[in-house]
Amino acid sequence: MQSLQELLNEHPFFEGLDESTVSMLVGCAQNVHFRPGEYLFHEGEAADRFFVVRRGRVALDVHVPGRGKAVIDTVDDGDVVGWSWLVPPYHWFFDARAVQEVSAVAVDASCLRTKCDEDPSLGYAMMQRVAQVMYHRLQSARVRLLDLYGADRVG
Amino acid sequence: MSAEVTAPRPEVLRTDALVPRPFRVTETHRETYDTVTLELESLDGEGLAFAPGQFTMLGAFGIGEVPISISGNPARPDRLVHTIRDVGGVTRSLCEAQPGDVLTVRGPYGEGWGVSAAVGGDVVIVAGGIGLAPLRPAVLEVVEARRQYERVHVLYGARTADDVLFGVDLATWASDADVDVAVTVDRAPTSWPGRVGLVTDLIPRAAFDPARTLALVCGPELMMRYVAAELVDRGLPPERVRLSMERNMRCGVGLCGHCQLREFLICVDGPVFSLAEMLPLMGVREL
Repeated sequence: MQSLQELLNEHPFFEGLDESTVSMLVGCAQNVHFRPGEYLFHEGEAADRFFVVRRGRVALDVHVPGRGKAVIDTVDDGDVVGWSWLVPPYHWFFDARAVQEVSAVAVDASCLRTKCDEDPSLGYAMMQRVAQVMYHRLQSARVRLLDLYGADRVG
Repeated sequence: MSAEVTAPRPEVLRTDALVPRPFRVTETHRETYDTVTLELESLDGEGLAFAPGQFTMLGAFGIGEVPISISGNPARPDRLVHTIRDVGGVTRSLCEAQPGDVLTVRGPYGEGWGVSAAVGGDVVIVAGGIGLAPLRPAVLEVVEARRQYERVHVLYGARTADDVLFGVDLATWASDADVDVAVTVDRAPTSWPGRVGLVTDLIPRAAFDPARTLALVCGPELMMRYVAAELVDRGLPPERVRLSMERNMRCGVGLCGHCQLREFLICVDGPVFSLAEMLPLMGVREL
């Protein structure tokens, strides 16, 4: 069985971090598993950790009154779920649901925030990685807003 | 003063190039709420040989004609297949055609995907929305000669799960032909077990050797721009990325100029171009 250190070392989100930095993060991390249909978190709850997805698929759901639940994004192995842990007031904005069997490493937010405060270079490295996730999600949402696959009335 | 008239492109001046042939609808399949696939056979008994990526000018008597990509199997020239989205008067009429109805066909026209350039290497096919229809013949050609290719990826983005085209084909290619098929949709109900997100998100997950890969891309132009950028980021040379461009094609044979894209006429020089040819033009707003 792989150690937490090995799991984090080989995850793309932590690529480029040196061994000692990763071992510092291990103190904030734990292995978690979710069965299909189980929720990693719900909208409005405290964003007290984030999830480094190692295997499986997570759907980000939102309840639309009158229309039921809709999936607005999915996160697969190699990606991370959640950035609300980094931005006050630290509350989840969506639900996160395991679509398949999910194995992940949960990183305690308060523990990590403390380490980031104590070590600005770690804070910067984490911010760079989270910013990249946010950038991709924002671009994805913007392009989908254009509804490119919708029909133009032409002929 | 003597003015020399430049001769039009000789290769498009076949005497029969503008003459429509009658084809009878033999079968219809409703793909989605606004998209229909028609199977047709010619009334003269001669099939219509085509290269994947080519199109015909498909017409309804008394209504008009429109350029429609061929979506059938290139190994079956006896059966012309078109997948049509209802986006206006002519396409609505075509979508409403029933078995026994006779339509007009001119073509096939244009330059195709040139799939054989991928033999011996990897193939990455990226489609968005109705863009899977012009790519279907290319996938069928690859699947038919699967052993001649290394890794084959079909990456497909659709608006919703209900808008996914050729669902049976996608499943068959994945299960029977060792093709890596990945589908993503823009939004979905919670019953959808697949991916939700952009088709570009599928590219980093596809394993291929950029130096030995041919990429074929078809979809809305903006989507193709983003996909092309992602493929080039992965190391594909622009010459090995092919795009199917769409403009207002009318004559189909390079005479009328409606589909001009600067120095190109889409109907005869394309519709398939390399990214190297299109890259300087794709960001020009006036085009």
